Amino acid sequence: MGQCCSQRRRFLGYLSGALGALGLGALGIPFLSAWWPSKKTLDQGAPVEVDLSDLPQGGLITIPWRGQPIWILRRTPEEITQIKAAMTGHLRDPNSNDSMQPEAAKNAYRSLREDILILVALCTHLGCIPSYKPEAGSVSPSWEGGFYCPCHGSSYDLSGRVFKGVPAPTNMTVPPYEFLSPNKVLIGGSA
Amino acid sequence: MRQIPQKLWQWFDKRLPLVGSIMTHLTHYPAPKNLNFWYYFGSFALVMLINQLLTGLWLTMFYQPNPQMAFASVEAVMRDVSFGWLLRYMHSTGASFFFIVVYAHMFRGLIYGSYKAPRELLWMVGCLLFVLMMAEAFFGYLLPWGQMSYWGAQVITSLFEAIPFIGPSLALFIRGDFNISGVVLNRFFALHVVAIPLVFIGLVGLHVVCLHSVGSNNPEGIELKKSDKIPFHPYYTMKDLFGLSALLFVFAVVVFYFPEGGGFFLEPPNFVEANSLVTPEHIAPVWYMMPFYAVLRAIPDKLMGVLGMGAAIGLWFFLPFLDRSPIRSVRYRSKVHQIMLTVFVVSFVCLGYLGGQPATPLLTNLARLASCAYFSFFVLLPLYSSFEQDTTHLPHRLAVA
Repeated sequence: MGQCCSQRRRFLGYLSGALGALGLGALGIPFLSAWWPSKKTLDQGAPVEVDLSDLPQGGLITIPWRGQPIWILRRTPEEITQIKAAMTGHLRDPNSNDSMQPEAAKNAYRSLREDILILVALCTHLGCIPSYKPEAGSVSPSWEGGFYCPCHGSSYDLSGRVFKGVPAPTNMTVPPYEFLSPNKVLIGGSA
Repeated sequence: MRQIPQKLWQWFDKRLPLVGSIMTHLTHYPAPKNLNFWYYFGSFALVMLINQLLTGLWLTMFYQPNPQMAFASVEAVMRDVSFGWLLRYMHSTGASFFFIVVYAHMFRGLIYGSYKAPRELLWMVGCLLFVLMMAEAFFGYLLPWGQMSYWGAQVITSLFEAIPFIGPSLALFIRGDFNISGVVLNRFFALHVVAIPLVFIGLVGLHVVCLHSVGSNNPEGIELKKSDKIPFHPYYTMKDLFGLSALLFVFAVVVFYFPEGGGFFLEPPNFVEANSLVTPEHIAPVWYMMPFYAVLRAIPDKLMGVLGMGAAIGLWFFLPFLDRSPIRSVRYRSKVHQIMLTVFVVSFVCLGYLGGQPATPLLTNLARLASCAYFSFFVLLPLYSSFEQDTTHLPHRLAVA
């Protein structure tokens, strides 16, 4: 066999190998795509409307949205003052630069309104539901009130901002929401 | 006429050398004559695997991988199916026993240097089998759809969120939903009963092929002459059957009298159906994952914690290359190595204990200490083992018994 033909054969060999690999790769797409959330799952993630008129000061309710627990907390005036006065040196991300929230909730209260706090109730460490511990001293002697995750000991202040020295990397996530009226909120809606 | 059976046999054997393979890999496999107690656990592991495959197959006949029905279908297995309770307890206790046996098997490899040349790949295939076992146990643990199933899956799938950039999307991809739901129950079911067992059985085959090509190590850790080896049958078949009867006795006692294993084999919160809105007060994995879980918790940073936990298992793969001493058995290793092995095993057990306890500040600090001790074994091993090169004190062959 001449030089030309052996070269040609090698080229054709590589070419068919590459095409075969490309085909196999393309075949992987349906297999992998099937693992993404299905249309039905995405539909179930539609926004939820919640009525807050029965929610007292200091009250916390949990509602499901996209299968995730969502907290709605109506903070007391004392708590609002406390957040305003709080020192931020012991917080990991006091300005919420690395955390997830709608732009309008990127403030010390981490909410659109000072009194209503809405959070995805999952610890940003490994997704357990933290406990609401508003009483001072209820977790440790220096505790000033906030959220404490019993799984791995992460703790957050009353705005869901994470403290330093705990495993959770970021502040608790604020879902998108908007107020339809002073006592009606749409969770998962535009914001 | 008399030759017909013989000719038929020859026809068969020429096309499928069944007897030859059995002779090579079982009856006539030359095994060292000094294999001791620790060498039981390889064959025990095979028996536990068969137990898991058989009971698992039967449980699949009654189980419903559906979030509305899963918990109730497991209860139905326990109450309505004839001997369903036995099948399930054999499967759940079998998982724990499988891990006990495999941990002992790995400990054997560790002390007698079975991971060293020429058995590096044998050891690494074994490590891969261990990782697959953890995955299999994790996928299976979700299926009863109890509180611990649910939140355990939530915690472990959240580990992937720690990966920079792609983490959150990857977690969404794995769950196929925004939270643990029926979607993930279905795919974990498929992985638990089809994908992992298939790969696992294939790798077990490779593990045995690999072993039979390099030959078994022995407690002395020296290369043996042919005269120091004996055929596997009847010597080790009898020994293993004897050991197996002891193992199965203990297994039966646990299955019949302590199937919950004091809350270690079946955890109390798992007798409550999964609820996506309530996390159990105290989350702990099943006992065999606790050491790695303790490492995860000890590190106060999400990504570093996940990496640390991965390293706690991943470093095992590199053991053959971290240990530079040509001496295999702990019997002829230096005092330093004997002490470090003890430190390693003690820290592993301590981590196991701490991983099951609530994360109080004191215990977290203890877990940090134990994690440091655990990793120090891998860090110091290449350093001091470089000085363990003198092999003159090794025996040349086994003492005549």
